[in-house]
Amino acid sequence: MTAPGIAQQPPTSTWSMYRAIVGIGVLCALVIVAVYQATAPRIRDNQARFLAAAVAQVLPQARATINVTMAGGGGLAQSEEPGALPVFLGYDDDGKLVGAVVTAEGMGYQDNIRLIYAYSFDTQTITGFKILDSKETPGLGDRVEKEPHFLANFEALSARLTPNGDALLNRIVTVKQGEKTEPWQIDGITGATITSEAIGSIIGTSANTWVPLLVNGAGAFGIDESSEAP
Amino acid sequence: MSDASNWTIFVNAALINNFVLAYFLGICPFFGVSSKLETAVRMGGAVSFVMLVASVCAYSINLVLEAINAPHLRIISYILVIASTVQLVEMLIRKLSPATFRAMGIYLPLITTNCAILGLALFQTNRGYNLVQAVVFALGAGAGFALALVLMAGVREKLDLASVPDLAKGTAVAMVVAGILSMSFMGFAGLGR
Amino acid sequence: MAIKDVSSTDEFVKGLWRENPVFAQVLGMCPALAVSNTAINALTMGLATTFVLLMSGLSVSTLRNFIPREARIVSFISIIATFVTAVDYLIQAISLELHRSLGAFIALIVVNCLILGRAEAFASKNTLGRSVLDALGMGAGFTCALLSIGVVREVLGSGSLFGMPVLPDTFQTWTVMVLPSGGFFAMAVWLLVVNRIKERQAEAEKLAQEATS
Repeated sequence: MTAPGIAQQPPTSTWSMYRAIVGIGVLCALVIVAVYQATAPRIRDNQARFLAAAVAQVLPQARATINVTMAGGGGLAQSEEPGALPVFLGYDDDGKLVGAVVTAEGMGYQDNIRLIYAYSFDTQTITGFKILDSKETPGLGDRVEKEPHFLANFEALSARLTPNGDALLNRIVTVKQGEKTEPWQIDGITGATITSEAIGSIIGTSANTWVPLLVNGAGAFGIDESSEAP
Repeated sequence: MSDASNWTIFVNAALINNFVLAYFLGICPFFGVSSKLETAVRMGGAVSFVMLVASVCAYSINLVLEAINAPHLRIISYILVIASTVQLVEMLIRKLSPATFRAMGIYLPLITTNCAILGLALFQTNRGYNLVQAVVFALGAGAGFALALVLMAGVREKLDLASVPDLAKGTAVAMVVAGILSMSFMGFAGLGR
Repeated sequence: MAIKDVSSTDEFVKGLWRENPVFAQVLGMCPALAVSNTAINALTMGLATTFVLLMSGLSVSTLRNFIPREARIVSFISIIATFVTAVDYLIQAISLELHRSLGAFIALIVVNCLILGRAEAFASKNTLGRSVLDALGMGAGFTCALLSIGVVREVLGSGSLFGMPVLPDTFQTWTVMVLPSGGFFAMAVWLLVVNRIKERQAEAEKLAQEATS
């Protein structure tokens, strides 16, 4: 790659090697950290706004939310950390608990799918879901987001607990299109089988963990009426 | 850590979401090396090995990065580690099998810019795989890459003997073959669930 | 080809056609095929790559006398990785949605052979001005190539362009075009078109030469 005339370059001194590598290293680190710090507030804002809008979409009655995570010894604990998989408890204007919103993720056809779903304590059903992040094929896998008959599954998807309240009575599962017979089944989409099954599996696994925790533990939290709306 | 079983991860990486044919990672060596079956096999082996090592390294680095809360250093640390791994593999091959080293020529250092290796590291981080899952993922990805490469080489060797229009010779017809291979691999969807 | 004889405009223009990164040099194909399923993704990827090309070309050219020969590749990789990280966070700050549709491919810009190739072949040996022009030209050529693939794939595969429907509902979309296979096919067709045009150009040149000789 060097022209013939330059072949007789003297061997590089160790000093200039160190100088170059360390110098470049320091410059690179400075630029990276600077850009990261500069964009971090804006990114956090974007993410918070997006999540708040999504939560408002699945749980429209909620006027305020608090974050909860799994506490160390089981049960729930309030947390201000957004965390990777936040769970929200939603309260209306009177401070009454109207529902919970759980984030869940799992493998779809193409890549990971992240979604949120809303659980209603009164009816013990899942009342809505929204995809936050998916790379499913447009026109095929992404029909789960748009197809009316699939979305109708989530108007009242049964999520009752066993008598001792430690798991779902009937595991939520996706079935072939047109074969839904029970209220805890999700009617799939022919032609988008894998993605619709993935949604069922993601929500099913997550609900099995979280619904018992929420039903047993959400009463411990509350919100002042003077709290601000999200 | 992800819920998927190890078998699902392996089959997914090797067949259903084959790195080359579904994710478009590793295209440069795919078209560059796949004209001869023998080089394809060697390249597939080398890439698989580098993927394995890179996967473990990426997992370890990610542990450190998470501990010091520096996700922004991920890209630069991953790529530097991959570049060093490739150097090491190069030296190893030169020592252990000089013949292979000569046969691979320029392609060995080119593994550094193989998007598949960095892609592997990034995917396993994004999906939150633990160490075992990451290794299985790397094995599956390497197997899938080698498979795609060998299939492509086999077809291209035959194509050399066919009468392809001048305009399409070389990369254009290879692209068409790749498209057809990609479609056929889509038939694996649903396997291993 | 002596560097001095090449005019400044040519440094820019060569990246668009004669040495187009995707269609002539066949470099940087991974992103070309992976993120070109819609036009907006293709455009964003092209612009992001141009940004990294520009900034790294700038840096490498400024530091070219400071970097010894043996530390070249490590330095280039570090510089490129830095600007890729920067563009990754910049895109997140501008639009979370765009960042999500491009996914890991923004980070994969760092292994785009095009950028390392230009740093090694050009920016490390040329002045700042020429390096900037070269980077912009290659970036523009890359973006145009990506857009051409993206537009075809989106129009045929989803019936829309930049998200707006352009084909009537009665058009049965060719879903294969938004699948990976479609990327390969679209690329093959463009390569055929480009090769044909080049063939014609070469013929015309030969005729012109014969006419003058």
